[in-house]
Amino acid sequence: MNILDELESKSIYVIREAYAQFKKLALLWSIGKDSTTLLWLARKAFFGKLPFPLLHIDTSYKFPEIYDFRDKYSKEFGLRLIISQNEEALAAGMGPEASDKLACCNALKTQALKMTIAREKFEALLLGIRRDEHGIRAKERYFSPRDSEFKWNYKDQPPELWDQFKSSADDQTHLRVHPLLHWTEIDIWRYIQRENIPVCPLYFAKNGKRYRSIGCHTCCGPIDSQADTIDKIVEELETTTTAERAGRAQDKESAYTMQKLRALGYM
Amino acid sequence: MYKEKLKFVIVGHVDHGKSTLIGRLFFDTNSLPAEKIAEIEKISKELGRDVEFAFMMDHLQEERDQGITIDTAQAFFHTDKRDYVIIDAPGHVEFTKNMITGASQAEAAVLIVDVAEGVREQTRRHAYLLSMLGIKQIAVVINKMDRVKFSKQRFEEVTDDVLKFCDSIGIKPMQILPISAKEGDNVATRSSHMDWHAGATFLEMLDKFTVPSKPADKPMRFPIQDVYKIGDKRILVGRVESGTICRGQDVVFLPSASRSKIQSIEQFMKPPLKSASAGESIGVTLENSLFVERGQIACAADSQPQITDSFKASLFWMSRQPMTADEKLLIKCATQEIAIKGCKIHRRIDSSSLEIIEEEAAELRNNEIAELTITTKAPIVVERFYDFPELGRFVAVRGHDIVAGGIITP
Repeated sequence: MNILDELESKSIYVIREAYAQFKKLALLWSIGKDSTTLLWLARKAFFGKLPFPLLHIDTSYKFPEIYDFRDKYSKEFGLRLIISQNEEALAAGMGPEASDKLACCNALKTQALKMTIAREKFEALLLGIRRDEHGIRAKERYFSPRDSEFKWNYKDQPPELWDQFKSSADDQTHLRVHPLLHWTEIDIWRYIQRENIPVCPLYFAKNGKRYRSIGCHTCCGPIDSQADTIDKIVEELETTTTAERAGRAQDKESAYTMQKLRALGYM
Repeated sequence: MYKEKLKFVIVGHVDHGKSTLIGRLFFDTNSLPAEKIAEIEKISKELGRDVEFAFMMDHLQEERDQGITIDTAQAFFHTDKRDYVIIDAPGHVEFTKNMITGASQAEAAVLIVDVAEGVREQTRRHAYLLSMLGIKQIAVVINKMDRVKFSKQRFEEVTDDVLKFCDSIGIKPMQILPISAKEGDNVATRSSHMDWHAGATFLEMLDKFTVPSKPADKPMRFPIQDVYKIGDKRILVGRVESGTICRGQDVVFLPSASRSKIQSIEQFMKPPLKSASAGESIGVTLENSLFVERGQIACAADSQPQITDSFKASLFWMSRQPMTADEKLLIKCATQEIAIKGCKIHRRIDSSSLEIIEEEAAELRNNEIAELTITTKAPIVVERFYDFPELGRFVAVRGHDIVAGGIITP
């Protein structure tokens, strides 16, 4: 087994553990490279027949390329897709300009997710977060409980050893399951390269710019780059010294914005 | 080709410099993005301190304000030789379960000891836990050498103490190295203050660890994780924990002892495999339509593990609410989940001093070790930990929480 085989095997193991324990499960698909890789791994884990739906939390501020990619591949892969919006907040004019970014992320992502979990009665969610993305995410568990207030109790996380994970309890709304926790950004791209996984075109350089991390068009900035193929992206990442989420506004407002967002249930 | 990846954990007593060492390593090897350095400098200044290398790992506001590590974290780093995953573990006794979470994922460990303070409570507890977790490659760094004016004599005294304790729990450190994480001595570059030490730098020391190979040459063990019905196929999924599983192989499912033959090893969108080895998550179909469910272990028919309802173990308790000997806990071992009928706690042991607190005890408290005999309600498939870790280790679950880790002893 090489490194990519090992990463893949561990992720498939975690995905199957999640399904063995929770039948009311969904995969949170942001349409970015990580959750698309997660989707790829889940298709492998279940031999192409995903036994649970995908969930897209749509802030309505996503790039058009993201919506196109979503519609194309949900059809091609035969996926059951649930699309959710916080319609009330959108109707009231919530947006990144109308308020601070923390409030916007909280309303359009976290609240929308909360409402969907309550409506669909999901017991667990698969998420494509990785430890190397952010110092706060480095402290996550594979199976991470959220209490009835949706909060992440980062000061008292359950022990996790030898691939034995937390099961859910009555006072929890749901568990977050993180099958990609041990991957790095370059691992993801090398795996995309090897497996030929389709990714959103925003990642490829156009006119000297490309997106390294994608989300809402209002809060994502491109980086200078000539990398217009997967091979060139891998090459670029082998030498870069900037952080992956450097273009993401919500990471920047204050040093602890991400901690606060995550404590409130942000992904 | 990709470089190999090695996961190592840094453990030791509170404030002996675990997070600082990691931060220093990243600074001195230019492994940090510029904005990360700027952020650390800004926060350090806001808190009125010199640049705190530890903030690289200590990312929670509470951790930075109080200057402690609460939870385990991981960072990624590379040398010319290979990629590394560094696992930081908290030193405080109340966060021991977080230390275990981190250390259980490691293939090697660095035990850090403050040269001025010497071996302390958590130094010993962490060292013991490394041995319990089965981590064989251990290096020792004697930190804060700048505080003792780089004294060779003090280094040797502390080294002596560390080695004595390690010896008492069966650990043989591969290397011992004097460093100053704060000043950078012997971290990425050789120190000019310790000519008396001919050894490597911390970086060079890391490269001497080896990536343990998967147990592909041991008897085959394939714990069943689930059974999927895909089209007209029934696919048994799981991870090969040891040995190699082959198409056409005779297998026995334990504990039921039913037998079958592997018909195919399935892959999605790819042709079936002839064989799969330890570490691979796979799916197989059988030649006959046997009833198989999660928790059964498929084994090579010619070499089978032990089936029992009673076994000896060492248990590390990690819950504030004590365990009682007659408590109805659940055991999880590989994919097996078996209820405990009762325990006989032969000895209660202090996990730091390793002194016996009580013989024939009725309960076990937080951070204590028990040597005990566990009786289960149903048969369980086990192996001795030191021969076969994959089936020799288990967790105990109370309600929905993991409350202990254990290893099966002779």
